[in-house]
Amino acid sequence: MKRVDHVGYSKKFIADEKHIQFHDKRLWALRTDRDTEVHGIVEWEELRSLASGIKEHTLTHLADYLAEFERNATSNGVVVHWAKDAEEHNRIVYDILTNRKAKVLVKSKSMLTEECEMRPYLEERGITVVETDLGEQIQQLDDEMPAHIVVPSVHKLATDVAKIFSRTIGTDPNESRIPALAEAQRQSTRPLILNADAGMTGCNFAVAETGGVTVCTNEGNADLSSNVPSLHIASIGIEKLIPKLEHLGVFIRMLSRNALGSPITQYTSHFRGPREGGEMHFVLVDNGRSERLGMEDFWYSLKCIRCGACMNTCPVYRRSSGLSYGGVYSGPIGAIINPTFDLKKYSSLPFASTMNGSCTNVCPVRINIHEQIYKWRQIIAEKNELPFVKKEAMKVAGVVLSSPTLFRAAIKSADTAVAILPRAVLYNPLNVWGKHREVPEAPEQTFRDWYLERNKK
Amino acid sequence: MSSRNAILSRLREVQPASRALPAVPMFDDKLPPPLETFKQSLVRMGGKWLDAPADGDIEGLIRSKFPDALVVCSAAPEVKGTRRIEEIERPHDLNDVDVGVVRPGFAVAETGSIWMSEKQYRVNALGYLSQHLVALLDPADITGNLHQAYHRREFFEANYAVLMSGPSATADIEGVLIRGAQGIRSLTVIPVPRTRTSG
Repeated sequence: MKRVDHVGYSKKFIADEKHIQFHDKRLWALRTDRDTEVHGIVEWEELRSLASGIKEHTLTHLADYLAEFERNATSNGVVVHWAKDAEEHNRIVYDILTNRKAKVLVKSKSMLTEECEMRPYLEERGITVVETDLGEQIQQLDDEMPAHIVVPSVHKLATDVAKIFSRTIGTDPNESRIPALAEAQRQSTRPLILNADAGMTGCNFAVAETGGVTVCTNEGNADLSSNVPSLHIASIGIEKLIPKLEHLGVFIRMLSRNALGSPITQYTSHFRGPREGGEMHFVLVDNGRSERLGMEDFWYSLKCIRCGACMNTCPVYRRSSGLSYGGVYSGPIGAIINPTFDLKKYSSLPFASTMNGSCTNVCPVRINIHEQIYKWRQIIAEKNELPFVKKEAMKVAGVVLSSPTLFRAAIKSADTAVAILPRAVLYNPLNVWGKHREVPEAPEQTFRDWYLERNKK
Repeated sequence: MSSRNAILSRLREVQPASRALPAVPMFDDKLPPPLETFKQSLVRMGGKWLDAPADGDIEGLIRSKFPDALVVCSAAPEVKGTRRIEEIERPHDLNDVDVGVVRPGFAVAETGSIWMSEKQYRVNALGYLSQHLVALLDPADITGNLHQAYHRREFFEANYAVLMSGPSATADIEGVLIRGAQGIRSLTVIPVPRTRTSG
């Protein structure tokens, strides 16, 4: 296990001004598009409360709803499998494929299969796995993890994609017009779908009442992957359950509005049973979720519907990119989910936050994200997982803040220092906050001096 | 113990104290007129609305809109096309279809979505392998919002069902919107009332 160094990993991305500026603007545009769309729905805040309530109810009765889902799916002709961890999930998928002599699997975007690291597992065993989602395919061809859960290659420019495509699917390296790149991907992916032995999707919502799963996509690739090959496998995190079909009304109204600022995804697809002559498998995956459900402060993160809005609104995410989080889930939601998988590995992530609370305010299921980030910081400090520099700085801060005299002296000298010291002192490697930030100009007088002077008059 | 039982019994051990399931309102007391709303939402999602000709010749209208189409595969009784969906044996056989034709089960005004299942498609891939899709929609089949849509029984009878909202699209490269990603390149909705043979 290698500890994720969020600040260190983000350096490469931050070094390139063109990328970081585009990234920041693009994600902020998603946030403003979201605001415009959401403000048009008068009952939006009520929908958030309903969505949160439905999820909390389901999670507090999860075993019963999973059993109901399994019962209904089985009676619809679906084969239901259970995987306690990533390894078992991958093995189940591999067994399904090899039992049918399937060699080529086409799949649509699924964060769960990324979490399980399914692709390398299957490829080591001779199965060809093709990501069909454009952004996810770009990431696969470039051998990178998704940098965002909704727009996986959002950190890349068209010129980057042109280079990757010329290297992998044989396009002209100088062709970076976006419609041409998208068309080239369509043309190269279609034959792969037609020749595939099996198709795979993730799952946005699993409805206990119908035993079916709902998948929300835009490109048409999920419906191609599931409707062309005769074998369809869906991987489902156990937290995706909702009780009834009517509850989809709440979630489908919110998901794409909150993610992209569009009223709905182009395709909202409902899979309840196999096609005539076809075969359908659902793999229900725990992989740490039941443990998280038992964590008093942190089980609320299981309500997440993966809209990505907390990432788009987060100033730290926008300026460091998803890859710097070192896990499948990045941004604020990654900062609270990843430590539940591996606290040591992801101990730097809860510190990748300004604690501005914006993530909590845009969350469609009212997860108290910034409060959870704060709670993780406490746990990490207690477990002595703070990085050295942070720890030493905290010790100094502790002494200074506990003494009014020292505090006043520090404030005065700091303001003077900002005004007269060379930049090198402030922007030195020990001061993490100095990096890529400018200090606002200090007022001429401290508040205390102004207050004392005023009282003298 | 099987993984199934291990997961379920662990969940029962750790599940937090029960929380009540809220009742979901229909939010439908002040809905705007369905037909006009549907048209606006459809266009917003990148779909096209095309009025039916006075002479009722839908076949001719489709031919005039897609003059280069060699294969028109129809799953709707009102349009003959060049190939009937009933002749299709494997989904793969639809890969050369220029225009697919279908009659949605219903539509949703709020999001401009049309609803299809295996009953309407007969071969589901018609909606995805075709280059273009034409939908014949009875304006009387438009429901107001998604809450109403998700109370419909059709969902419980379909093994596959889709709410399709415009053509396939992607904005995965620099956020630039491309209509016609991997599925259909265009979606055209023509208002055609149901007849007894429409199904």
